[in-house]
Amino acid sequence: MTEPILSIRGLTKTYRNGPRALDSVDLDIRKGEIFALLGPNGAGKTTLIGAVCGLVRPSGGTIHAFGHDLARDWRRARARIGLVPQELATDMFETVERAVSYSQGLFGKPRNAAQIEDILRSLSLWDKRDAQIRALSGGMKRRVLIAKALAHEPELLFLDEPTAGVDVELRKDMWQQIAALKERGVTIILTTHYIEEAEEMADRVGIIQRGRIRMVDEKRAMMERLGTTEAVMELAAPLAALPPALAGFALELSQGGTRLTYRGGNGEGRGRAEVAQLTQALTRAGVEFTSLDIHDSSLEDIFVGLLGDAQEAA
Amino acid sequence: MHFNLRSAAAIYRREMARAFRTAFQSILSPVLTTSLYFVVFGSVIGARMEPVGGVPYGAFIIPGLLMLTLLGETTSNASFGIYMPRFTGTIYELLSAPVGVAETLAGFVGAAATKGLILAAIILGTARLFVDYEIAHPLLAAVYIMMVAASFALFGFILGIWADSFEKLGIIPMLILTPLTFLGGTFYSIRDLPAPWDAIALANPIAFLVSGLRYSFYGTSDVPIAVSLGLTLGFLATCTIIIAVIFRTGWRLRE
Repeated sequence: MTEPILSIRGLTKTYRNGPRALDSVDLDIRKGEIFALLGPNGAGKTTLIGAVCGLVRPSGGTIHAFGHDLARDWRRARARIGLVPQELATDMFETVERAVSYSQGLFGKPRNAAQIEDILRSLSLWDKRDAQIRALSGGMKRRVLIAKALAHEPELLFLDEPTAGVDVELRKDMWQQIAALKERGVTIILTTHYIEEAEEMADRVGIIQRGRIRMVDEKRAMMERLGTTEAVMELAAPLAALPPALAGFALELSQGGTRLTYRGGNGEGRGRAEVAQLTQALTRAGVEFTSLDIHDSSLEDIFVGLLGDAQEAA
Repeated sequence: MHFNLRSAAAIYRREMARAFRTAFQSILSPVLTTSLYFVVFGSVIGARMEPVGGVPYGAFIIPGLLMLTLLGETTSNASFGIYMPRFTGTIYELLSAPVGVAETLAGFVGAAATKGLILAAIILGTARLFVDYEIAHPLLAAVYIMMVAASFALFGFILGIWADSFEKLGIIPMLILTPLTFLGGTFYSIRDLPAPWDAIALANPIAFLVSGLRYSFYGTSDVPIAVSLGLTLGFLATCTIIIAVIFRTGWRLRE
């Protein structure tokens, strides 16, 4: 396995007179991946990003980016990291082009008008280059923040809730932008409340709760391991008990014997195959059903389930 | 020590652009206010006043008025320059950039000091319209004005980091710097004060600054020029050390 582009070990942050926002976080990020960090409000997502990007002073632990220790060799590391914050924080009276040009200079890069044009065009901002940022819509402002973060050509980009507060159409447009960044070789770490977003884009998913990383895995592996299929069948006539022919299936009889519910599979097709076998077994056993409703669990179901389990255990 | 010139230049250019974007507030307003002082105290009242230490009254008040504007404006500019990014949240970009204390100071404080120097030049030009004056030691005056501008820009930077509200941002320039400058011999010579007020007046550090600038203009001062220079350098060094500590600890900058 290649050296991780970002390596976090034992990262802890305790705010003064506040809770422990990060609690011994260990995390490795691989070059070129999109990593989605999921968690409820106050879980520590933004604090984690802040600790890597220099906005938050860690209470303990180490962070290495591109092999550089951020506590000592922060200049070299930060020059290769970009950040798009959650809040629409930018100088509203500045024009778009000047704002991006400022970011380029701030990160020590010589002014490169062609590159700025390329970034603005890729984000559909070129026509707005001379507009004051305050005159732009919320979605456009967020694009300006992305353009500013890309001005120094970061190899690792943090997107803190990149689609918070934007409409569905713009969100999908933003997903395309993020996918295009990945194509260009940028490693992306994004936090999001929209699980659908992680499901759509992420290669790997990390779940954080109360400052602790609960799980990190490939999205597909997580779906396979924790995903399930649920099939609900309404029966034509009530059953007193499950026929012996159905003993091999994970079934539950309810509603006075008129509803048969199957829960199983792995969220990657095995459940649906078993439901097909189940329907054949029902037919062979002479059990008629009047309706069939199948639902595969989403990443959101897994996420909610994991957090619920953790809360119960706490 | 690493110093990224491009980063410092980017901050400097943006701060200067901000000043010119708000030229009325940043430049015209203080020039207008100071011009009114020259008209009222320099030309109208000054014409009826006795010379002070051999210097016509209208010319006598120029260093004090210059200092009044310089202190207030450089402090306000620098404090506003760093406070606004904190207030709006745009400071995230500065904190996440490969930028250290040296580049930050060169950018923010350099721009605030430059604005102060531009103001000083305009005010001196404006004063020429109302009163006649000659500068005895122009090089010393230029160096001294630059030192004071840099010192109070640093002081303003500290103020902008300390303040957590617009009210606090305005308290120090309005309630401390302006009264101390007025009482620091802007309109009179401390030597002319009756005892014990002449001694009490020397407890005011601004009196040393006004006196130092007056020496560079007219070759006379209430206190030795070496003391004024030493005090200014000491203030400059103290502010620099405080800012270095702030950056090292992240006080009010990093959570």
